[in-house]
Amino acid sequence: MQPIFPLEPFLQPLAANPWTYLVFAAIGFFFGFALEISGFGNSKKLAAQFYFKDLTVLKVMFTAIVTAMVLIFLSAGIGILDFSKVWVNHTYLWPGIVGGLIMGVGFIVGGFCPGTSLVSASTLKLDGIAFALGTLVGVWAFGETVDWYWEWWNTSGFYGRLTWMDLLNVPAGWVVVVVVLMALFMFWGGEKLEAIFGKRDLKLEPSTRKYAAGALLIGAVVVLLLGQPDNAQKWAKLAPAKEEILSARSVQVHPGELLATMADDRIRLVMFDVRPENEFNLFHVDGALRVNMDDLARLSKTLAGSTANNTVYVLISNNEQIATEAWKVMVAESVPSVYILEGGINNWLSIFAANEPEIQPTPTPPSGDQLAYQFPAALGARFEAAAPDPYEWKLEYTPKIVLQTKRDKSGGGCG
Amino acid sequence: MTASNPAKSKPGFSLKGIFQRPEKAYVHPYLGGALLGVVLFLAFLLTSNGLGASGGLNRLTAAVEDLVVPGHIDRTPYLLKLAGGSANPLDDWTVPMVFGVLAGGAISGILNGRFKVELNKGPNVTPRTRLFMAFVGGAIMAYGARMARGCTSGQALSGGATLSVGSWVLMMCIFASAYALAYFVRKFWN
Repeated sequence: MQPIFPLEPFLQPLAANPWTYLVFAAIGFFFGFALEISGFGNSKKLAAQFYFKDLTVLKVMFTAIVTAMVLIFLSAGIGILDFSKVWVNHTYLWPGIVGGLIMGVGFIVGGFCPGTSLVSASTLKLDGIAFALGTLVGVWAFGETVDWYWEWWNTSGFYGRLTWMDLLNVPAGWVVVVVVLMALFMFWGGEKLEAIFGKRDLKLEPSTRKYAAGALLIGAVVVLLLGQPDNAQKWAKLAPAKEEILSARSVQVHPGELLATMADDRIRLVMFDVRPENEFNLFHVDGALRVNMDDLARLSKTLAGSTANNTVYVLISNNEQIATEAWKVMVAESVPSVYILEGGINNWLSIFAANEPEIQPTPTPPSGDQLAYQFPAALGARFEAAAPDPYEWKLEYTPKIVLQTKRDKSGGGCG
Repeated sequence: MTASNPAKSKPGFSLKGIFQRPEKAYVHPYLGGALLGVVLFLAFLLTSNGLGASGGLNRLTAAVEDLVVPGHIDRTPYLLKLAGGSANPLDDWTVPMVFGVLAGGAISGILNGRFKVELNKGPNVTPRTRLFMAFVGGAIMAYGARMARGCTSGQALSGGATLSVGSWVLMMCIFASAYALAYFVRKFWN
């Protein structure tokens, strides 16, 4: 059984299932409700954060973040949520830093952020309405001026989907525990500050908050002990359904289809060559990127959440054996549109190197996933057979590549 | 609720009554935060997306521009993605969410007696100044939020909970900048 969450209709274009809009409206409803009951419709309460008198903003925000974080990684740990399908904001470091500094100015000057101003406006607070109207001007101004620094905005410090566990190369559980401890420490310090600057009597605070803190920490430790499913475990869950696809040969693309895809401007083709470096240097298909099997799982995690609709991945080994193993690794991480070059490099050469006298079959046929041809020199992609002319070759094949439409999650959010 | 509202003869719903409910206290921040966290978690669990506010506002603005100056949209790369050609800028999850937030805030405001026309401001600032500051602050905030590809909800909360490095850096920058400036605008709030 593969994880049932996130629900499939939400991964497709929403218009295909109009009821999904209602779900988002309902989530928005409870979002607005939760903000309002916490006092986020009141600009004085929000601004007090920055004078250490009332740290409601810090408490609510970080309680929400750590609660959601623990629940997300618990769900992923027990296998009901596929974290690789969850949208993780891409890291655009410098636009984030400059944008964040600008946002801080807007926050202290205006007293809200966009979400809280909506809540404030909805309860008829005049300053909330003024702020919300201001945000409309701000987003308009951004759309008009982003052209001036378009390249910087799109490339500066771009790391794609990057989480703390990717960056530090530690299990998610450790990050979860550290973030919870950090939040609890901030709450403790925040209450001390409130006592000093806001003259708050901490004895009046409910003691249940200590039990809640304990429960949160226990949740984080459970996440740590449970661990997150690794690539092999993810594959094990998918194997029954995906083995069928493999044996039906619906993802093995004929060399002719790969050639046609290379020439198709509408498709963004990414070829991963998973053979050892020496074989890659001897010969590879023009444009292929060499990837170690060890790196593929890590790479797949980032590809899963950031693959455009028109991207097609094709895996290449000498025959199909290792490429099929690589296919399993990528599919287990929920990377969409992954295919295998049918028969691998050997099959490719049997077609496209037929007229190249320099490339000859090895005297003894290879065993396993090995090259069946020998080359006069390690010319990589500088053989003619590495980049055949797509208009010269007319080959018969059954097309296998099917483009899937997926919802562009990045376009929304706040992104 | 009716006890403190003697003007009303019958306890049933009246339009005027929703403005006269007694104002209740806010819930404890940790409780409010935990509820918000559960909503955030459910959003990710069901839909794979978190929460968002500025994205929806952005699309509403683009929709108006698309009505007024459609040619301009098609010449501006950023707007092209939202509303270029036949693309409907409102066909996005952030748009129903904005209306949901408005409804949720209003209902909570009504239930808790906070649904009333008022202006929250520091004691030493005139209403006109406060409104001007809110408007300007909103414009600055939204400009920064679009540059950072997300506001406090779409980046700090959503990216925070999914442990996105960029979102955490952004969150620190928001707080750092607001704290750095707080001293200079203290007269507006204290």
